[in-house]
This record gives sequence, C-alpha cells and structure tokens, in this order.
Amino acid sequence: MLSCKQASQLVSQALDRPLTRRERWALRLHLWMCAGCRRFNLQLVFIRLAVGRILSETEQNGNLRLSPEARLRMTKALESGQ
Amino acid sequence: MTAKNPHDWLNEHGDYLYRFALARLRDTHLAEDAVQETLLAAIKSPSFEGKSAPRTWLTGILKHKIVDIIRKQITKTPVDDMSRHGADEDATDEFFNQRGHWADAPLAWPAAENALQQQQFLAVLQRCLDRLPPKLARLFLLREVHEDDNESICKELQISPTNAWVMLYRARMSLRQCLELHWLAK
Repeated sequence: MLSCKQASQLVSQALDRPLTRRERWALRLHLWMCAGCRRFNLQLVFIRLAVGRILSETEQNGNLRLSPEARLRMTKALESGQ
Repeated sequence: MTAKNPHDWLNEHGDYLYRFALARLRDTHLAEDAVQETLLAAIKSPSFEGKSAPRTWLTGILKHKIVDIIRKQITKTPVDDMSRHGADEDATDEFFNQRGHWADAPLAWPAAENALQQQQFLAVLQRCLDRLPPKLARLFLLREVHEDDNESICKELQISPTNAWVMLYRARMSLRQCLELHWLAK
C-alpha cells in the first residue's frame, strides 16, 4: 500500500516516464481512495497547462525587446565574429 | 543583400529569439547571451543555404544554447544545493508527516479552466516560479515545454533520470504549495 508521499512521487514521475504496470496499479488504487492525491494529480496537469500559457504569453509579448545596448553588443560581436 | 546576413537575422528575429530565451531562462542577461551565441553559431553553420524559414532554423539553434546554459549551471551545482534546504536528505519531507501522509492535504482548485484566463492567476504563478531556485525553475520549464522526452533531456543535461525526477518533483511540490498559499487563499 503506497503512502501519499510515494503516490505523489509516482504522480510526478508519470509526467516524465512511463510507469511500470505494478506502479500503475498501485497508484490507481491509491488515487481511488485518496482525495488529496487525486487533487495533486489534477493540479500538476493544470500547472503544466498554465506554464505553457505563461511561456507563449512571454514569447508573444511585443513589449519585451532586446535593449539597445544588447543590440549594439551583438552587432559588434557579429562583425568581429565573421 | 547576401543569402546569409546575420545583421538581418538580428533585426528581424532578434526580439523574437530574445523573448523565446527569456521565457525559458527568466533572466535578461542569460537570455541576451543565448541570443548572441545563437547568431554567432548561425554565421559559422554551413547548413543555412536554402533554408526557407530562418526563424525556425535560428530557434532550433537557440534551443540548444538554452540547454547548454542550463547544463553548465546544473553540473556546477550538486543536486542537494538545488533545494533551499541545502544538505537536507529529503527536502520534500516538510510536505508529509512521518507516516507519509500529507501534512496539508491538497485543496480542491475551483474553476481551473477560468483561472488560465485570469491575469491574476498567471501573475501569481510567475511569482511562484521566481521563488524556486533559478536552476530548478529552468529545468522544470525545460521539461514542461520541451517536445523531447525526459530521457533525451537528461542526456543533453548530463544528469541521471533519477536526479531529474527528484528535482522535477521538488519543483512541482513547491509550485503547487505556493499557488495554494498565494492564489487560492485570496
């Protein structure tokens, strides 16, 4: 029987690797009985979505630009790097 | 104008590349460095001729530069230092009692879909990401948005999968607790 600590580790790892059959069953059983870990599971999926949102907002934020100094530095580096 | 003009790349794609790097590195200077190294690498690369979309090609180079920067930081730092707890054997113990039960069980997050639309929620998430140790935040972002699987990320970063799981778990535990404290409590 998994503890919440073990179950939460598997919930996290399931986002990074395929769980073994044994792990999947143990986790499924735990989640069936444990509301806290079920919420944790949903929260991690949600955080992944939200992080994707933050990244695409930053990528599309036209107010974020290279500073004139950085631009100048790069222009010089490109000239000497050629 | 020649087929390969780095000054055009800087003018036309510099800001985009900068935002791409900034989103992942969360540091102005590191992001500028990554863009500069990308442009310098692009000059030297023989593979540009005939490429129809320089932005896609440059972004591909930039992704590798970002991974390089994160790898240098991670290999410089032992895993234990990646948490605020230093030498603490298992930094996530604070979240559980001795029997392995949640010290504070996760709460129900209401209206999750709506929250994604709310600037206030995203602002809290930004602050929570800022509270993570920077290297941990960068590894987490790399993993959460990287198209590649975890195994190839570990190879590129030269860390073991087990190390990666431990670090990502810490990042996720800290983030969800931070969100619960500062977003849900409102």
